[in-house]
Amino acid sequence: MPPKWILCRCEDVTVADVEHAVATGFTALEEVKRYTGFGTGPCQGKECLRAVVLALAAATGEPPEGIRPFTSRPPLVPTELKWFVAGPGVKGAR
Amino acid sequence: MSGAGRGRPPSTRGPVPAAVDVAIVGGGIMGLALAYNLARASAGASTRGQGRARQAGGALRIAVLEAGTLASGASGRNGGGLRQQWSTELNIRLMQESLELCAGFAADMGVNVWMRRGGYLFLVRDEATRAGLERSIALQNLCDVPTRLISTAEASGLVPELDVRPFIAASYNPTDAVVFPWPFLWGYAEAAMRLGVSIHTETRVTTIARAPGSGVGDFTLRTTRGALTAERVVNAAGAWSPEVAALLGVELPNWPARHEILSTEALKPFLTPMVSVLESGLYFSQSLRGELVGGITLPEEPEQDEGDEARRRPRVRLGSRLRFLEAMSAGLLELMPRLGNIKVVRQWAGPYDLTRDGNPICGEVPGVPGFFVCCGFMGHGFMMAPVVARHYALFLRGEATHPLFHKWRLSRFAEGDLESEHMIIG
Repeated sequence: MPPKWILCRCEDVTVADVEHAVATGFTALEEVKRYTGFGTGPCQGKECLRAVVLALAAATGEPPEGIRPFTSRPPLVPTELKWFVAGPGVKGAR
Repeated sequence: MSGAGRGRPPSTRGPVPAAVDVAIVGGGIMGLALAYNLARASAGASTRGQGRARQAGGALRIAVLEAGTLASGASGRNGGGLRQQWSTELNIRLMQESLELCAGFAADMGVNVWMRRGGYLFLVRDEATRAGLERSIALQNLCDVPTRLISTAEASGLVPELDVRPFIAASYNPTDAVVFPWPFLWGYAEAAMRLGVSIHTETRVTTIARAPGSGVGDFTLRTTRGALTAERVVNAAGAWSPEVAALLGVELPNWPARHEILSTEALKPFLTPMVSVLESGLYFSQSLRGELVGGITLPEEPEQDEGDEARRRPRVRLGSRLRFLEAMSAGLLELMPRLGNIKVVRQWAGPYDLTRDGNPICGEVPGVPGFFVCCGFMGHGFMMAPVVARHYALFLRGEATHPLFHKWRLSRFAEGDLESEHMIIG
């Protein structure tokens, strides 16, 4: 993979960033997430997780099917704060 | 792919070394910062020909043993706040020093930690809380922290989007800060590895045995990646530290509590200080990445399947709850009604590591020479790690002892010599 390929568009994480994490010694997917910030933007990994797993597998030589996805976080999609407020009276929650 | 001709990259998932001088259990910021400070002090001492060298070359052999991955516990899950507003002099002075270390961290360690000095604004609703806050401010001023008690009108001037009507006053210190926590961990980890520290992830310590009758520590640790001996063991496992201590039959008085946090979509910079409500424990700030990051204190409800034993000895729980999202959204929109259309991108939980008096536990465990603890940081260990680790390294090397090792000694709980810290947030 060309090093400048962007794997995570939300956080601008490239193939080179993943390779750098691996070269530094951080090879677990959860570590690569916390090292590069991939998967923490609006898509929450929906676009980039597979691409990063493939780049990580290529960099470590591990089979991609052996890499577990990171813990997914609620909410399922970015959701306005007003929808979590019960009851009337909150500005904008109509 | 790594280029051909380059050596095998370092791995944190290899077998553990057979013998070390210091085994640190826990690869969070406390363990990594301690490993770094200890390695740096011992490397400096050996090149100067000083120190108590234990092997050729003089540098201490240090291993960090982490059951999960680096930054997987509270260190990778906190809000990144750095403040000097506390109610005890020890915490105020330590955090002054920690802020200085943090301000130099990016240059010293070569890593961007997204530090932003926007101050901290604590809002209060009732007279009793205001009286306590005034006492804390007076103490902070004695330590040269420029905190002021301000009116709600002045608070409104600082953050015009706030609805300050429910409040009666606020404290404001412009020199407090926020950082993005993750790069701190990598900065310490990489620097420690360069100094020869061996870091082992996905390496759970399963047993710790101490040679019977030995005067100094002589420990054998079994891990999921092999066994090792250590002259000294430091328990820096945070919320998991009671479990680690139990391996040596030591009962620690701290316990874990789940605290939740959320992050919104990134917004244009508009919010300068970290804003917090003292009565509810709600806090939120805007990171340099643009997101609003915040949490609120939410009492734990015992789960139905839990027996008395689980209630007496809580486990670390990290599940996310809708109840938090509802409480946080309500609190945030009450405070800043204009945020209704701002989107929550993610929520997660981290474990606070709590003690009865709101203060940490540091130092050698009485009756177990060579076994040290560094835990009970009340959900504020991240901001304290830079300074605590520095003093802990000097303490372990026998070069200097800081008052924290007396104030935060384990035996204070049995002795009843407790000085409570009141400014615990989140």
